[in-house]
Formats: sequence, structure tokens, C-alpha cells
Amino acid sequence: MLVKLRNPSKDLIFDGPMSVVKLLKKLDLQRESVLVIRDGTLVPGDAVLPDDAEVEIRPVISGG
Amino acid sequence: MKCRVCRAPGVIDIRRHNANFCADHFLRYCREQVARTIKEFDMAAPGDRLLVAVSGGKDSLALWDILLELGYDVDGLYVGLGIGDYSDVSGTYVQNFVSTFLEPRGERSTTTLTHIDLRSEYDYDVPTAADATGRAPCSACGLSKRHLFDKAAREGDYDVLVTGHNLDDEAAVLYGNVMKWQIDYLARQRPVLAAENGFPKKAKPLVRLSERETAAYCVLRGIDYQVEECPMAAGNRHLEYKHALAAAEEASPGMKQAFYFGYLRDAAELFEQSNDGAPDGAPALLACESCGSPTSGDTNGQPRCAFCRLSQRAAAAEPVPVELLQTRRR
Ligand code: SF4
Ligand SMILES: [Zn+2]
Ligand SMILES: [Zn+2]
Repeated sequence: MLVKLRNPSKDLIFDGPMSVVKLLKKLDLQRESVLVIRDGTLVPGDAVLPDDAEVEIRPVISGG
Repeated sequence: MKCRVCRAPGVIDIRRHNANFCADHFLRYCREQVARTIKEFDMAAPGDRLLVAVSGGKDSLALWDILLELGYDVDGLYVGLGIGDYSDVSGTYVQNFVSTFLEPRGERSTTTLTHIDLRSEYDYDVPTAADATGRAPCSACGLSKRHLFDKAAREGDYDVLVTGHNLDDEAAVLYGNVMKWQIDYLARQRPVLAAENGFPKKAKPLVRLSERETAAYCVLRGIDYQVEECPMAAGNRHLEYKHALAAAEEASPGMKQAFYFGYLRDAAELFEQSNDGAPDGAPALLACESCGSPTSGDTNGQPRCAFCRLSQRAAAAEPVPVELLQTRRR
């Protein structure tokens, strides 16, 4: 699957299927600090992402 | 994971409330939280005219949308800060919001957006002001924004100036104020401040929503916003405090909300009282000799406000591009 990180932008490839929780663990990200977005909507933590998925991982903490 | 309200598949979990929601019920939850906050803190009355300060980020755009959905009469104000591409892109998101969410409302909406540009109207931008005055960029930026928001609210005869500060922002500011025991700031850290001395009433209707929730609101509502960070934000204290609180929240969900709302409930009044008793109190305010805004004057007691001092110095300086300021500050 294609995983698009933001801030800074970076594309990563992982083998699917994999649950969102597991993916975030691999990336060492806190669930509360990001949203996982696929096809314009949110993917909950317990969802399993198929191998052909394309997801954006968007940080939500801003420093303004 | 099922929606707490309708049992349809959920798209978001809110750990501190131990609740999951589908998209529809999540949007409703956000609006209810804002309606409840406005009522609880007496932020606005029916018929009031509101002015929302919008930046192009998730919080202010979500707030504008929520207030309109709740039926408020609310206009937007955007200040172009001149922070390189970041500001250009931010302005585009605000414009897109207006054309996607406001214009299609047609005559149902009389909402307007006012755009103030620092460079074209005041002859300076935030990087140049920071460089010319030696202030931290966020300090020069905050001073400029506060002044222009206050002025616009006063001149436009608005009843309330609202801003998109969320639970994480307020908890982080509280954390910083406690760490440094800033008693005078603590005494004023309220989600609503009454109009006084020529300053407008100010309110923060998003204090019951975390920033993950305001971001999720935008995604589920289809609001595009500026996701990139402001290049001046890197390494600021506010961000450090947020990361510290995020770690605590991860270990015990609800901690942040308990910290902030516990403060408002049990401690804010104590700080207010102790500050009221200060012997010198607040100095009497004068009208700024160049712009007429209320001010306590400069160091020589001249009635000139901090904004006029900053903008005059910055306008006299050579423009400094944001990239150059970043290297100079490193
Ligand atoms: S991060 Fe600082 S400089 Fe950037 S917009 Fe926010 S307050 Fe202004
Ligand atoms: Zn539902
Ligand atoms: Zn002035």
C-alpha cells in the first residue's frame, strides 16, 4: 500500500493487508496526533487496509 | 467500531469520551459541543453579530462553518501576514472556502470576508517586522493580528470577536502559564472575555473540541485547509507543550480536558481575585496618537500603541524574505 505522510511530505510503501493501529505503530505515531484518510474519508483504528490501498497520514498538531 | 448514536460503522473514535461516531453524527457532535460552549460561557446572544478571525487552517474554517450551521450571523476576517508561500497558500484556502461553502448559500447568506494584507496596507510583513524589531516572529505576528482583529471588530461594530483556539491550544497555553507561574496571564485565561476599555468582547467557542476533532470535522465536511505548518512555528514553546500534553493524554485519555476545564471550574477565579488585589492594578488607557486604539503608552508615557511602534519600524526596514529570516535565526 502507498502511505503518504505530510509535514514533511514523504511517500512510503508497505505490504498489506495491515490494520491502521499496526501501521501507526510501525511509523511510531500516536493515534491521537494524526488522522488516517482514504478516499476523502477517515479510516478508524480497527480498520484493515488492503494491499492496494492509498492512504494519507495527516498530523493534526499545529503550532500557530 | 460502531457509531454510538445510530450503530452504523464508525469513522472516528474519541477516546476521552469513550465514543465512536459515523461521519454524520460526528459533525453533529462537533456542532453540539460548540453550541453548548457558547451557551455555557455566554459567548454570544441570538441576534449578535460575530466576526471570526480566519487563517486558512482547520480550526478557524471549521469554526466559521459550525457557526453558520448553528445559524449565527458571522463574517470572516483574514489577515495576509506575508510569510512567503505559506501565506499565499493559506489565503487560497480561505478563498476556496468562501466559494465552496458560502457563495452556494446564495441569498440565505449575507456572510462576507474581509481581507487585510499587511504588506499592501501597512507596508510590512511578519518576517520583516521580526527582523526589524528583534521580536520572535510569533510575537510580531500575534501583536499584528490582535491589533487588526480588535480594530476590525470595533470599526465593524461587531458584538463578539471569535477565534478558533481549540482544547489543545488552551491546554498548552495553560500548561505554559503554570510552568512559569504567569499569574497575570492565568487570571485572564478564560474562553470568553467581556468588552472593556475599547477592546471587543472575545470568545473561543472551540475549547471543547481537540485539534484532532477540528481536523476530522474539516475532512468529513469536505473543507480543504492549510495542512503545512507555518515556517516560523518550528521549535516554538507552544508546540513543545502540546507534545508534552499529547504524551500525557495518550497514557490517560481525558487528561487534557480535565486539566483545562478543572482549571476553569476550580482555580481561575482564585487567580482573578489575586490579580484584582494587585496594588498598582492596570494603568489607565490612553488613545494612541496615530491610530486611536486604546493603549497604555510606550516607555516614555507617549500615547503610541505597540502596533504602531512595530509597524512603523518594520515599514521603514528593507523587506526580509522568510527564508533569510530563518537562516538568520538559526
Ligand atoms: S506560527 Fe507564529 S508566525 Fe506563524 S502564523 Fe502562527 S503566530 Fe504567526
Ligand atoms: Zn451515526
Ligand atoms: Zn496605534
